[in-house]
Amino acid sequence: MDAINIFIKSAFIENMVLAYFLGMCSFLAVSKSVKTAFGLGLAVIFVLGITMPINWVINTYLLSESGLLHTDLTFLRFILFIAVIASMVQLVEMVIEKFSPALYTSLGIFLPLITVNCAILGGSLFMISREYNFTESVAFGLGGGFGWFLAIVMLAAIREKIRYSDVPAPLRGLGMAFILTGLMGIAFMSLMGIDPAALAK
Amino acid sequence: MADTAVKEVKEKKPLLGKKERKLLLDPLNDNNPITVQVLGICSALAVTSMVLPSVVISVAVVFVTAFSSLFVSLLRRKIPKQVRMIAQLVIIAFLVTVVELLLKAYNYPVYKQLSVYIGLIITNCIVMGRLEAFAMANKPWPAFLDGIGNGLGYGAILIGVSVIRELFGKGSLFAGTPIALNIIGPTSDYWINTTTNPWFSWYVNNNLMVLPVAAMFIIGVFIWVQRTFNQKLVDVS
Repeated sequence: MDAINIFIKSAFIENMVLAYFLGMCSFLAVSKSVKTAFGLGLAVIFVLGITMPINWVINTYLLSESGLLHTDLTFLRFILFIAVIASMVQLVEMVIEKFSPALYTSLGIFLPLITVNCAILGGSLFMISREYNFTESVAFGLGGGFGWFLAIVMLAAIREKIRYSDVPAPLRGLGMAFILTGLMGIAFMSLMGIDPAALAK
Repeated sequence: MADTAVKEVKEKKPLLGKKERKLLLDPLNDNNPITVQVLGICSALAVTSMVLPSVVISVAVVFVTAFSSLFVSLLRRKIPKQVRMIAQLVIIAFLVTVVELLLKAYNYPVYKQLSVYIGLIITNCIVMGRLEAFAMANKPWPAFLDGIGNGLGYGAILIGVSVIRELFGKGSLFAGTPIALNIIGPTSDYWINTTTNPWFSWYVNNNLMVLPVAAMFIIGVFIWVQRTFNQKLVDVS
């Protein structure tokens, strides 16, 4: 039950993009069409869902003082987390290149840039600071990824529609994406602080 | 995203020829990392609520992009494609640690104020974006200039946004530095005291400006202004 609450909370209430503004670069740059946004969103769900449990295991059994090595190695946290994330992204890149070359070209540089997508590393650091257990960290990873996926598909859908509106030419495209994200962020601010565990009672 | 892959220069050329100057100046306007390439937005939202952190981060990013581009470009034939991201990240993390230790040694108060943001340079996509797009395919000297140019283009936007946010959000400018200016506010510490000044009694600091959302709107407007003057960037699709 806790895991479901964490999933809902991380997907909707504490949305990575619209509440914490993490992972903005690829969010804004790849949201031109729903199809590409969908592909990148799935890749982010996968990377977050995989790296979060791996990083949890590394943090609990390798880096913490009560772990297998009996020494406090938390100063290695950044570099190890980033290494795990980079290798997972490299894996995803190879898989996408093999099975969907069209998606691979349309994602371009923003596929390797998932590595430095702050939502991924930020997610792992949130998981540590909130002291989640293993199942909770899986739920948090999948929920955070799903929230990111939802946000980018939403923005892409709005941008596809707004192409038919009479936006001033210099504001078309990227400028409008910034302002739309700002408005979506204001909308999500009103969800902040809702506690699904309390609502269920 | 603009494609900046430049063919490698064969013959001997002066250190700062036409092409090199283009590498250095292009990112300030035509190929700005934030408003055109869409790189490094996260940190642009996080640090720009005041001018001081923006300036320090900009200087640090210029340093890190320049030297990581240089090193990656020197190693570009040695790094296998399958592990290139990890190799790049190790170089970036090393440089960021150097910046962090330098700041800690020479300016501890600023380090205390900024410690989290300095670490965030590792996940700043400008650095890795330029490594992937330029340094992996170009010689060390152009790559180094490209790094400096992109750092400067990023810094220009960052400082612009932070001036607006600090002025309208907090009523001050350069707070925390020796040249701190308290411009408008409700106490007598400020130049324009809104409680006594008859013309500004309506003025209240805008709390929205302190939130990251404000940076989205400001950068959106920056893009609007830039594209009004630079028609070739206008999105026709």
